[in-house]
Amino acid sequence: MAQPRASSANTRFAQFKLVLLGESAVGKSSLVLRFVKDQFDDYRESTIGAAFLTQTIALDENTTVKFEIWDTAGQERYKSLAPMYYRNANCAVVVYDITQAASLDKAKAWVKELQRQANESIVIALAGNKLDLATANPSKRAIETADAEAYAKEAGLLFLETSAKTAENVQELFTAIARKLPTDQAGPRRGAPGIRGVDMNRTPQTANLNGQGCAC
Amino acid sequence: MDDGQDPIKDLEKGFDVVVMGTGLTETILSGVMSVQGKRVLHIDSNSYYGGEGASLKMSQIYEKFRGDGSKPPAGLDKDRDWNIDLIPKFLMAGGELARILRQLKQVQDNVQFQQIAGSYVFRGSGGGFFGLGGSGVHKVPSTALEAAKSNLIGIMEKGRLKSFLESVAAYDDAKGPQHQGMNLEKDSMKSVYDKFSLEEPTRDFVGHAMALYSDDSYLELPARQTFNKIKLYAGSVAMYGKSPYIYPLYGLGELPSAFTRLSAVHGGTYMLNTEVLDFEHADDGKVSGVKIKFENPRKDGEYVDLVVKTGRVLASPNYVAEGKKKKRTGQQVVRAICVLNHPVKGTDNSDSGQIIIPQSEANRKNDIYIAVISSAHNVCPKGYWIAIVSTIVETQNPQHELKAGFELLEPIEETFLAKPFDLWEQLDDASDNVFVSKSLDASSHLETCTDDVKHLYKIMEGKDLDIDGLNPDRAE
Repeated sequence: MAQPRASSANTRFAQFKLVLLGESAVGKSSLVLRFVKDQFDDYRESTIGAAFLTQTIALDENTTVKFEIWDTAGQERYKSLAPMYYRNANCAVVVYDITQAASLDKAKAWVKELQRQANESIVIALAGNKLDLATANPSKRAIETADAEAYAKEAGLLFLETSAKTAENVQELFTAIARKLPTDQAGPRRGAPGIRGVDMNRTPQTANLNGQGCAC
Repeated sequence: MDDGQDPIKDLEKGFDVVVMGTGLTETILSGVMSVQGKRVLHIDSNSYYGGEGASLKMSQIYEKFRGDGSKPPAGLDKDRDWNIDLIPKFLMAGGELARILRQLKQVQDNVQFQQIAGSYVFRGSGGGFFGLGGSGVHKVPSTALEAAKSNLIGIMEKGRLKSFLESVAAYDDAKGPQHQGMNLEKDSMKSVYDKFSLEEPTRDFVGHAMALYSDDSYLELPARQTFNKIKLYAGSVAMYGKSPYIYPLYGLGELPSAFTRLSAVHGGTYMLNTEVLDFEHADDGKVSGVKIKFENPRKDGEYVDLVVKTGRVLASPNYVAEGKKKKRTGQQVVRAICVLNHPVKGTDNSDSGQIIIPQSEANRKNDIYIAVISSAHNVCPKGYWIAIVSTIVETQNPQHELKAGFELLEPIEETFLAKPFDLWEQLDDASDNVFVSKSLDASSHLETCTDDVKHLYKIMEGKDLDIDGLNPDRAE
């Protein structure tokens, strides 16, 4: 599923799992909605029923990157995200709200968690969201760009300030991640399937033994 | 997702059902109920998902078994690499849980499965089904045909076993208990063995290695259940080959985690580290709310007590009081987690397997089970194996009862012995709308857990769980 599918020797198509992390209400879902559907809604309710969204970026004539973007489904709200959520991620966007000082601390905790538990080669981007608020009213800014940037540099993260509302730097954020991903090699979302990996949807040859037909 | 929404206010709106404990039974039901449009609040007092069936990091294992502040030594200290099951179980490839999973692509998106390499039985020095194999661990023939072809039994017995297994294969449970002159609802399994003149060691093999009974009480029960169990075993082996079992990469705890995500994606609310303080009841005795205590998501270190309104509660046994809502089954299970740096002797350097030490070999009433998994299942680093030994307690010295298992695993790098724990079952009275699940039992697979899921669904919803209709994409 996550292998790059080369349609010819010169074109590359790679698919990666991207997860979003950060405190509630920093605009994680809004960033995704802007990136995937180019929409923004101040009072948006959560998207019920969707496990993940996808969006494709053409990096150049020959390279296409497809993101499978997994949202927290609200499980971060009471600190109840399972490690499963970020375990096989190839990349992560850790979001904070530039108008809420504490949200950067939460973001830093997530970065630490990812570096401890996630895929060792994970590409992490730090996004300071709600740039529109600080642009409209500079006194609302609680976290200086230079401070966050210094932290990101030290921790080895990509960094951008974004606005899901105005779309500023949103496309740029995902493009920067795509450029850092190893599009020349497989971006296996879940690691290479083992020799005895099981395809749950394979039609059992002997379904009659189980008293039921194909369950696919 | 819920930007701007006050989390406390959201809780105050109340729920269709509050679920307590995130074991597999509870999480499957949460997932199903959320997909069906119920407003679900799911809480757990632990900081992790899975309850008693969780998979833990090595640092959590040290905390749990060696006391607060204990830390894994160098070599075992890379948490990223360890996912250790507290209760190891495998999935029958053709079983009901696998059937549920086949309907739920959103769960499959989060969990990958790997085959278990083999199924083994131990035999001591004297005779037995594997009379020609000598003392040690032996692979169970993986299909009925193989068993009948195998040179491990005499030619006469081979023919008898073959006719018995053919008769089992020809049985169709849906067509009623009358089968080839037998009434499987009435005839005991013992009488069926007698009818086919199977020898004692063959009965042992069929009952323990294929039907997976851990003791011999099934012999006196109607044969129907045993026929179905053998069919399940054979059908599961036929599905992917090698063994009837499959297992989730990164440990069994991935299953409850994946079902919580299914529920959350369909609107379920999740709260770990949350205590249940009290149940509130209406005048008619039915539950009307639960009082919970949790850390304010908007203020670190500040704890909130809140009564959440709900008309129904689903709880794992540790959230309810003995006497009113649950009773002991009378069985206790003792388990030990062993970390090895070598494959288990006699398993042909396998990366995994189930080893059964039949009660007849260990001079016991109950079999000893050993579940072996390794880095092939992403539960430990390369070069390590995890073997979990368990049995049903029969004596005052339960630790000693696992000895026959330990002997097969030596040398053992680390052993974590769990205190024997009671198995609970629900009392049938759920007139207060508080529904209680069963403990994960001593069996080596999860079929009894899905039985409990179906039972609970039926008493909660008043109808049978339609597994084939679970697929949310199809429902929309």
